[in-house]
Amino acid sequence: MDLTRMTAAELSAALSKGEVSATEVTRAHLDRIAAVDDRVHAFLHVAEDKALAQAKEIDAERRQGTIRSPLAGVPVAVKDVFTTTGMPTTCGSRILEGWHPPYDATVTQRLKQAGAIILGKTNMDEFAMGSSTENSAYGPSRNPWNLDKIPGGSSGGSAAAVAAYEAPLAIGSDTGGSIRQPAAVCGIVGTKPTYGGSSRYGVIAFASSLDTPGPFGRTVLDTALLHEAISGHDPCDSTSIDAPVPPVVAAAREADVSGMRIGVVTELSGDGYQSGVLSRFAEAVEVLESLGAKVTEVSCPHFRYALPAYYLIAPSECSSNLARFDAMRYGLRTGDDGTRDAEEVMALTREAGFGAEVKRRIILGTYALSSGYYDAYYGKAQQVRTLIIRDFDAAFGQVDVLVSPSTPTTAFGIGERADDPIAMYLADLATIPSDLAGNAAISVPCGLAPEDGLPVGLQVMAPVLADDRLYRVAAAAEAAFTGRWGHPLLDEARGL
Amino acid sequence: MTTETLVPFNQALERYEPLIGLETHVELGTRTKMFCGCITTFGAEPNTHVCPVCLGLPGSLPVVNRMAIEYTIRIGLALNCTIATWCRFARKNYFYPDMPKNFQISQYDEPLCTDGYLDVTVDGQAIRVGIERVHLEEDTGKSLHVGGATGRIHGAEYSLVDYNRAGIPLVEIVTKPIEGTGAAAPEVARVYVTELRDLLRALGVSDVRMEEGSLRCDVNTSLSPRGSGVWGTRTETKNVNSLRSVERAVRSEIERQAAVLDGGGRVIQETRHFHEDSGRTTSGRSKEEAQDYRYFPEPDLVPVAPPADWVAQIRATLPEAPSKVRARLRAEWDVSEAEMDAIVNAGALDLVAQTVAAGASPADARKWWLGELARRANDAGLELADLPITPAQVARIAALVADGALNDRLARDVIDAVLAGEGDPDQVIAARGLAVVSDEGALNAAIDQAIAANPDVAAKVRDGKVAAAGPLVGAVMRATGGQADAARVRELILARLTQ
Repeated sequence: MDLTRMTAAELSAALSKGEVSATEVTRAHLDRIAAVDDRVHAFLHVAEDKALAQAKEIDAERRQGTIRSPLAGVPVAVKDVFTTTGMPTTCGSRILEGWHPPYDATVTQRLKQAGAIILGKTNMDEFAMGSSTENSAYGPSRNPWNLDKIPGGSSGGSAAAVAAYEAPLAIGSDTGGSIRQPAAVCGIVGTKPTYGGSSRYGVIAFASSLDTPGPFGRTVLDTALLHEAISGHDPCDSTSIDAPVPPVVAAAREADVSGMRIGVVTELSGDGYQSGVLSRFAEAVEVLESLGAKVTEVSCPHFRYALPAYYLIAPSECSSNLARFDAMRYGLRTGDDGTRDAEEVMALTREAGFGAEVKRRIILGTYALSSGYYDAYYGKAQQVRTLIIRDFDAAFGQVDVLVSPSTPTTAFGIGERADDPIAMYLADLATIPSDLAGNAAISVPCGLAPEDGLPVGLQVMAPVLADDRLYRVAAAAEAAFTGRWGHPLLDEARGL
Repeated sequence: MTTETLVPFNQALERYEPLIGLETHVELGTRTKMFCGCITTFGAEPNTHVCPVCLGLPGSLPVVNRMAIEYTIRIGLALNCTIATWCRFARKNYFYPDMPKNFQISQYDEPLCTDGYLDVTVDGQAIRVGIERVHLEEDTGKSLHVGGATGRIHGAEYSLVDYNRAGIPLVEIVTKPIEGTGAAAPEVARVYVTELRDLLRALGVSDVRMEEGSLRCDVNTSLSPRGSGVWGTRTETKNVNSLRSVERAVRSEIERQAAVLDGGGRVIQETRHFHEDSGRTTSGRSKEEAQDYRYFPEPDLVPVAPPADWVAQIRATLPEAPSKVRARLRAEWDVSEAEMDAIVNAGALDLVAQTVAAGASPADARKWWLGELARRANDAGLELADLPITPAQVARIAALVADGALNDRLARDVIDAVLAGEGDPDQVIAARGLAVVSDEGALNAAIDQAIAANPDVAAKVRDGKVAAAGPLVGAVMRATGGQADAARVRELILARLTQ
């Protein structure tokens, strides 16, 4: 029995039956990381000792009859954007190299309380800005389907770790598609919960009004289990919603779409979408229809402005959020040789500590917020955001969920878009609307594009706090597809 | 620092009409900070009242302190403002080492309170000062620039930052431009800040100590050539750390700007620093290449929407306005305007009122607090209110004096003992045996001795020179170790010698 091939739900069952120990499960995943991560580079930090100590504690508890949660003893990888005590947190940036946070993010805390074993911190685009992990200051992660391809981003390390069987589960964060896009291109499941459904406390901010922590898994049920474990109101995050967590695990188990009204978004297809992506998506829609869903086409006319609006709002917020990295209190300090004043040291540190994409966005956002430009840029973008929310509201008046391809293309080659920011930004074309509107969305594998044999993701979008609908649809699609393929899609990955 | 020429105040006023405006920052006296649970006590070891939130550590998030909102609404209501039914915080972006996030959470175009006023009286004349806005923000840390001549960051060898202050709730109260005050402008400024301070103290929202920086004032001044109808460029004077400085800063800016304009120059829009020693202002950073603060709504916080019934509840608990309290007490105590000012300026209003409430006569309460106790406070470098003696104890001492159980000298001894922590007046008297000698037998014996020892004096008194009895009284007082009631002794001596 290869423990790393088991799903989180299977591991959970085996652990509760006493067939395996948390220590064995953890050891198996650490061994897998040791065996493959020099090629995948999913991890920035592997917390071997801490993970084994945690596993030992969970095993001891279980012997005494205490079981913290279904995830007790199940390993999880955490994106390096979450603060973790006892482990470094770099956010993929030089400017935070060697920083050991003195506090745990709420998500980190909830994972620990649930007894999930934190294997380490995963690679990401610097400050979560990017769609490929190529913007990581520590080198890119690679796609387990093809090591020359990107694993998506910004949570590319988390997606790659799950797809490479280095972890059954991983945590990411989604600001413009940073969970769904890597999930799609790595052939796994990833959810952006409703904004405010999972706490941002301890998530190093990129764009505060968009950042949303969320789960990755190899199956829809696994993803739901992790979703449930990290969700719920947090008094430390003012934007956290004080409402019951939607019943995502139950929905994943039910996996029933009969009678559901599903809308295909007109604007999220056509130009710019790879033909193999569109054909797999069309097939997925047919599958849902065959399962009893009522499919209609729905127009969301303002979605076409989502990308430009996003690239004003997100950089504006980031220009302010990243101002705190100034060498005064923590992180990198450059040029403090006794001859320079504080202002010069701040400037030199930021010059040396931030990568090109981060600087580009800080400058973009600084400009967009400037006096005289605010109304034309940031103000206008917020108006577009309102229109996109109205599009969603109107659409959800007619249908229960919306669907689209998760990404316009399959995984592209490492280096292929590195010098073309706009091409890179287009990777998030289909995912950005839900970030701007704050509603829930998931990406679930729906096959391989015939032309390149790489995975394609089906995106399902649900209204705010209706996250359970995502799991109902995704689980039904997953069951139908797996039945059709005869095995999980990931079995076809040949990169390793 | 260049010394600029000044035009004498009266001459400046002949040619120019001043326009002033005040921005007052008040640290709220909430138990915890604006956006985290750190306590706000002043004077703690540097960087001990800090956490990930007020240090702005990566990933940390603010949560609004409800009490700070309540206090701000209290202030807004007391200043006759409209309370917003919905408003937001905004980020004010600029880099400075004492700002942990390099932005300050403040309010921009949606303040919590707007459009109010505060009535003040200057030289018997009522002036209504318009209030533009009252908004809530977080304080920054405190920098200490070491080395260098100016104590400012430029030229310093190194700087130390204490983040204990970072995140303390700060209310900014901005007046509308105050016009038409003429030569009274400096005084209007001082009286406004004084009245505001008293009001804030009465509201119980801040300890309003200018010297500790819990009340800080920026003074805007501009001049208009008389008859021109055109307002000049304004300057903003900072580092104004006392009520007296408020007045001096306005006066000095009027004199300086008049000189600039007289010389055909142009007043530069800038921040100026007031210097307590010279009474002058010097140029700070120019606002013309000013920072662009890139305000935008704080995305980490949800809007503040105080429900109407909450605001009504807060309104119902507002105390009587200090100006009304003063007018009422002045009538009750039958004191003049000048005497009332003396009480208020000594910070003794509440103390006197409480002492009267505890049974003392207004005259006695005033006498003790403004006399003996004011001296003690001054010697100890304390505020009157910080003396370790309560109004009830003062009232008890006054009562003992009125009963003749203590004379003034003994009363001073009792005060010393109370201040030294020896207990209530009655405990002190019992412990120290300080009661007036009222045993007339003992007194009469002492009087007999005194008369016998001073026959010349006794003769004069017998001849009707009552005023000559002093040495006899003194002798009796010495003989009783000062523990007799001098007035009673005088009565007894006169009775003996003139009947």
